[in-house]
Amino acid sequence: MASAQHGQDHYYVPESSPWPIVAMISALLMVFGLALWINAVGLGAWIFFGGFILLAVMFYGWFSDVVRENLSNVYNAQVSRSFRQGMFWFIASEVFFFLSFFGALFYLRTIALPWLGGEGYLAMTHHLLYSGFEAVWPTAGPQPTAGEFEAMGAWGIPALNTAILLSSGATLTWAHWALKKNDQKQLIWGLIATVVLGLIFVGFQAYEYIHAYRDLNLTLEQGIYGSTFFMLTGFHGFHVIVGAIMLLAVLGRAIKGHFSPHNHFAFEAAAWYWHFVDVVWLALFVFVYWL
Amino acid sequence: MTTATHAHADHEHHGPPSGLKRWLFSTNHKDIGTMYLVFALIMLFLGGASAMVIRAELFMPGLQLVQPDLYNNLVTNHALIMIFGAVMPAAAGLANWMIPLMIGAPDMALPRMNNLSFWILPAAALMLILSFVVPFFPGGGTQINTGWTLYPPLSLQVGMSMDFLIFAIHLLGVSSVLASINIIVTIFNMRAPGLRMMQLPIFVWAWLVTAFLLILVVPVLAAGVTMLLFDRHFGTSFFIAAGGGDPVLFQHLFWFFGHPEVYILILPSLGVLASILPTFSRKPLFGHHSLVGAMIAIAALGMIVWAHHQYTVGMSLAAVKYFMIMTILISIPVGLIIFNYMMTMWRGAMTFETPMLFTVAIILMFSFGGLTGVMLAVVPADMQYHDSMFVVAHFHYVLLPGAVWGLFAGVFYWLPKWTGHMYDEKLAKTFFWLHVVSFNITFFPQHFIGLAGMPRRIVDYNVMFTEFNMISSVGAFFFGISHLLFLYIIIKTVRGGEKAKARAWESAQGLEWEVESPPPHHTWTTPPTIKTA
Repeated sequence: MASAQHGQDHYYVPESSPWPIVAMISALLMVFGLALWINAVGLGAWIFFGGFILLAVMFYGWFSDVVRENLSNVYNAQVSRSFRQGMFWFIASEVFFFLSFFGALFYLRTIALPWLGGEGYLAMTHHLLYSGFEAVWPTAGPQPTAGEFEAMGAWGIPALNTAILLSSGATLTWAHWALKKNDQKQLIWGLIATVVLGLIFVGFQAYEYIHAYRDLNLTLEQGIYGSTFFMLTGFHGFHVIVGAIMLLAVLGRAIKGHFSPHNHFAFEAAAWYWHFVDVVWLALFVFVYWL
Repeated sequence: MTTATHAHADHEHHGPPSGLKRWLFSTNHKDIGTMYLVFALIMLFLGGASAMVIRAELFMPGLQLVQPDLYNNLVTNHALIMIFGAVMPAAAGLANWMIPLMIGAPDMALPRMNNLSFWILPAAALMLILSFVVPFFPGGGTQINTGWTLYPPLSLQVGMSMDFLIFAIHLLGVSSVLASINIIVTIFNMRAPGLRMMQLPIFVWAWLVTAFLLILVVPVLAAGVTMLLFDRHFGTSFFIAAGGGDPVLFQHLFWFFGHPEVYILILPSLGVLASILPTFSRKPLFGHHSLVGAMIAIAALGMIVWAHHQYTVGMSLAAVKYFMIMTILISIPVGLIIFNYMMTMWRGAMTFETPMLFTVAIILMFSFGGLTGVMLAVVPADMQYHDSMFVVAHFHYVLLPGAVWGLFAGVFYWLPKWTGHMYDEKLAKTFFWLHVVSFNITFFPQHFIGLAGMPRRIVDYNVMFTEFNMISSVGAFFFGISHLLFLYIIIKTVRGGEKAKARAWESAQGLEWEVESPPPHHTWTTPPTIKTA
């Protein structure tokens, strides 16, 4: 390994920054407020929203600093690689976050449910505790508390949402190609299309939740089906919203002309995140809605 | 073996900013490393204090000092504070201080995020302490009597203090994941030109493997406690059988995190030993590449053996057999590490300064803890040992020598580098003997009372266990006091002492010894040139 292939003489170390402390304070306010709020104590909700606003300010301030530094060309190729690799491993940790919810779903459907139905040596337990309960999916468990419910079908809005999210992946790739060809106009339109498709997705998802609560009596209280359905789709929806916010920020920067064909990490990071959310949805569609 | 030539290029960087700003707004890996270490030391005393109350209560049968729920809350806190507050931050402190120095990098790859990773910890500690304090207030609900494993259904019945704890765990998770991302990126992207992966010191490799483990398993814990939160407050049934859920699911999620966590605690310390052994044996490390392989094998196997913590819960025979066999397999790479470390010492010109004393003690005692681990891995045997004091003795023999002593050894080894002063060798050796002997007095008897049937996590016990518990408690008090000596040695070394050379130990190898002691605020601002001999 020759040292000549590394181009830089000096490393880059950023100036000190107040934002990490602000981030810590906002996180503390949020979790402290939330802990009080869900127990209906005092000013919990206000503390939580105070922390949330501070979080938004922090993100804006921190990223503004980074954007300013980037535009003044103090970053070198190594810093850019650090950002890329950092984002990659962050998404890897998110993958495992979602995997545990999918793992919970598989475990509950294929292992725990047959046990509740009296499989194996549990026949006597089943007879004494839950006799008459049949292990079929979907279920609200052997002692449902919230009445009858209907499961969410796959081939209505969810299928449409699949098409919408896949198209948004395509429009995002279109924007990326435009960026690489330095076509500012197509980049902006591609991003706008992606964000709009993302918002339509979230809108449909919201409509689906209302439909579930109003017409299907499918709620969070509907035992294990309701739990897994809302937890998986809810966390995914939350990630879509976060991804859409990231893309909106990227759109704003694209309009300002921040990106060049060779320097557009923010675009790539948001795009990777969006594609990750896309892939999670495909797994959701198959395992939560369809099968 | 690598050597380096050091070119000074400090003209464009100045010293640290003054006052509080230096610490609050830091982007300096050395300052952040110091903050991690100081935080860990504070938490060590907090966690130790709860252990002292536990041992005082167990000095005699019957209830003396604390009520059962408070006792179990102290057991919970002792575990959580020691694992998340003391050992992990201390290991992260060593990583922050040493990895950039060892790989010839000017700092961590993402220095601001590095500061965030640290500063989330005090917030998490505050939430953890609140979870303990809240039940003392009117309307504060019940105490957390579940132990650190937080198993439902009990954890679903605890009052609001459990919510504070759940959010503390979320914060700790964020901190760990961000720190791990930083460490991985630093090692992949910030190595000095020409420094290849397979040339990296074992400490750096150990932390790389640890960081991967953290990224993969901490989100699972976060997801698990999130489901717990929803079951507690929003009507879901993940862990409630009546709604079709299963409390055992939480155990799977928890231990999918919890078992790799054991290796997360131990691997950095084993990495420290690989730096210390060659220095005081005056021989190169034996089997560098096989150590890397063994650590990767431990991490990989460690991720697929979690359910050996749940043998008695009623899994299928096939599952139990699988987890038993895979668990016992881990003893092969662990044995290889022990073997390599012994071969490093073999026929070396050894001297026994404090870091080396700890290292030798670790190899002995950690192996012992590993052997009781093999006993516990065997299903029919574990049916007897499960949830007994034998388990307590086992994991304290693993975690104190395996994790904590490795950190002590690292602190003594690198303290001259950090402070520029040699520590007081006589006092440090006194600390070592007091610590190690009282450790054995504390935990060795627990093997026997465990085998005789004393359950753990219970405030009271049968009078037949009194004598051994008394011995254990007396040992624990000496053990606790020994840490005051440790604190004194640290403070004394920071304030003064014999001046340390750049190469504080005569035969120490590695880039960290090429810079002055203490190192300037910014090191390696120009990459060192690596010559491969």
